[in-house]
Amino acid sequence: MPSEVDGTASRAVADSARTATISVLVDNESGVLARVIGLFSGRGYNIDSLTVAPVDDDGGRSRINVVTSGTEMVIDQIKAQLGRLVPVHRVADLTQQGPHVAREMALVKVVAGGENRSESLRIAESFRARVVDTTTGSFVFELTGAADKIDAFIELMRPIGLAEVSRTGIAAIARGAATI
Amino acid sequence: MNAITPSAGLAQAAFVSSGAETLLRALREQGVEVIFGYPGGAVLPIYDALFQQTAIRHVLVRHEQAAVHAAEGYARSTGRVGVVLVTSGPGATNAVTGLLDALMDSVPVVCLTGQVPTHLIGNDAFQEADTTGITRPVTKHNYLVKHSRDLARTVHDAFYVARSGRPGPVVVDLPKDILIAPAPYEAAGTRPHRSYRPVTQPDPAAIRAAVRALKAARRPVVYAGGGVINAGPEASRLLGELVRLGDLPCTNTLMGLGAFPSSDPHFIGMLGMHGTYEANLAMHDCDVMLNIGARFDDRVTGRLNAFSPDSFKIHADIDPSNINKNVAVDVPIVGDAALTLRALIEAWHAEPARQDGAALQAWWKTIAGWRSIDSLRFTQSADTDAIIKPQYAVQRLAQLCAQTGRDTFITTEVGQHQMWAAQHFPFERPNRWMTSGGLGTMGYGLPAGMGVQVAHPDALVIDIAGEASILMNIQEMGTLAQYRLPVKVFVLNNEYMGMVRQWQELLHGSRYSESYSAALPDFVKLAESFHATGLRARNYGELDGVIRAMLDTPGPVIADIAVDQAENVYPMIPSGAAHNEMILGAEHAGRAASITDEGLMLV
Ligand SMILES: Cc1ncc(C[n+]2csc(CCOP(=O)(O)OP(=O)(O)O)c2C)c(N)n1
Ligand SMILES: [Mg+2]
Repeated sequence: MPSEVDGTASRAVADSARTATISVLVDNESGVLARVIGLFSGRGYNIDSLTVAPVDDDGGRSRINVVTSGTEMVIDQIKAQLGRLVPVHRVADLTQQGPHVAREMALVKVVAGGENRSESLRIAESFRARVVDTTTGSFVFELTGAADKIDAFIELMRPIGLAEVSRTGIAAIARGAATI
Repeated sequence: MNAITPSAGLAQAAFVSSGAETLLRALREQGVEVIFGYPGGAVLPIYDALFQQTAIRHVLVRHEQAAVHAAEGYARSTGRVGVVLVTSGPGATNAVTGLLDALMDSVPVVCLTGQVPTHLIGNDAFQEADTTGITRPVTKHNYLVKHSRDLARTVHDAFYVARSGRPGPVVVDLPKDILIAPAPYEAAGTRPHRSYRPVTQPDPAAIRAAVRALKAARRPVVYAGGGVINAGPEASRLLGELVRLGDLPCTNTLMGLGAFPSSDPHFIGMLGMHGTYEANLAMHDCDVMLNIGARFDDRVTGRLNAFSPDSFKIHADIDPSNINKNVAVDVPIVGDAALTLRALIEAWHAEPARQDGAALQAWWKTIAGWRSIDSLRFTQSADTDAIIKPQYAVQRLAQLCAQTGRDTFITTEVGQHQMWAAQHFPFERPNRWMTSGGLGTMGYGLPAGMGVQVAHPDALVIDIAGEASILMNIQEMGTLAQYRLPVKVFVLNNEYMGMVRQWQELLHGSRYSESYSAALPDFVKLAESFHATGLRARNYGELDGVIRAMLDTPGPVIADIAVDQAENVYPMIPSGAAHNEMILGAEHAGRAASITDEGLMLV
């Protein structure tokens, strides 16, 4: 169905797409991740990033962080659809709720020698990336930060000898005392 | 087939019962009286346990799809959860269509599926299917029971999920070893569910805003759907109360028929693609719309950007994801339909504002003008050998059913006959009309009727069918015979997949590609071969006699009614058209909408 929008309710904002970082607290039952992913693929929503891990001491609940984009109406739909999944406890739109921290970790392998090798170290230093593995011809850097910082790091490494990237996807949490 | 050692079987005899027995005990605690099912290797322990008890009745269907539709018919005619039992692999995959049907129409069903023993899962074992994987998108929720200790609680949870909030189908996948090994019993908890707690009580501020808008309305309309029926008979009663209180025009969706009595002058008919002229124009021109328990389905809205362009929209729904999904609304109300209606009525009395009586009267006058067009009109020749108009056959059926004074339940298949049934069979009460709305599943009506008849043994249950659809689950005639279920199958036989033929006529240059019902069986003989009665009406003169004979026959009947092959369902809002671009039938020549290319792409 076309994502056409009509009626009299205010929908001036409805047409421009935005990015949303959504955190979902779920019961850690089998199939719950498939359910969330199936919801996105089955209904044609975007997933820009997705992370999941248990967050309770007893492993009873997991937190899924998903970065998605769409019009306001689509994002509201995504939240409502997530909210009605049986194992879902809570859905929070961190982007909408106010300031939040979103961080990602990346492992970046650079294969380079000579001048490029030292150049890659200089860049890593300015990004506060750590060297976690070294051979005579390569480095693996570990870098944590906002997704665009990691993007920038990767772009700088590309001409120098970028060989491989492994990224975790975003973990996000609201600033301040409020909890999900 | 048995993966468990005899010693495990002995252990269960001691003091903890087997998984199968624990399962049945949980079903009994949930109030289950009947299961629709079909056996197979993986569920033999359940069948064995069923054999040794009498509290739960089992109805043996002839195809697992039919078991689910039967459970749907049972559920929709009683408001209770329908229960299905099928084996692993093909048993489970055969149930998939029924499950999606129940999901789309919000019908509470618990479907128990057999599974290979836990240690064989993932090994491509005989009759193994990834049932939770396959049924994930066609169920409200599903479970695979991996530990005996979880069995009882999972069954209770399944019933809770199936009937709470927006109802729907739930699958419980049961590995065979879990059914055989001892499983402790656990009573249904009184604690709230860990995570699933749908909101049922509407927000008072939204209720006040809704009432204020409705009272200020000059051209109000109430658009009520299947959610009102799902909320129980009290919700339908309250809907009637609110509509009369506000002197509001009320239309029902296909799923909502019966939620408001069709004989009430406030009823303006069904809306949507084949709805009445007055219902669709009232929707288009209204200034305040109250949608209660309906979901702005594309069959109802027509072209979205032309849907009721100037109205203030109030949408009450138990499922928040239905709100602002297709149509942006001004006042969203999340809650149960009965609780919402009760709150609206209370607020109506409390709110001091008065209605503009003159404006409301003028609106009713406009509606009367539309109504006078009589958009469902058809002409039946009264010559004895005249061809029977399908609309007339439904109308006569309704009249003769009413004369019996019996409680009457109608199911349908899918196609033109379904729309004629919706248009011409009047419903006064909820839970009397069972049709496949969201999925449009041919083959729904006969098994659904079976389930209705099981729940209401003394009622008159009629499947208004098409000759093509009825063949999709015709094997269930055997079930009717076995359990002496006197369902009447009323076939409007136009020798075409009429609805397909209609679209081909209107959209594809009358090229009737593969829509002729060739090589049809002789329905009279077919009925007889299934120990039922077969009847046939070939013309107007024979119709009443056949309907009367059908209604008088104590057992199941197939009545083969030869109807006009060329008849189309009107009015019609073509795909991609707006409500005020409706095509009326030949009876109303000259009013035609054009079908756009964009409309051609829609279904
Ligand atoms: C299982 C299934 N397959 C295909 C369709 C598409 N379809 C909708 S109506 C229809 C024709 C139904 O013919 P019939 O039962 O004779 O009813 P009529 O329209 O002639 O009254 C078809 C094929 C469907 N709805 N369901
Ligand atoms: Mg037909």
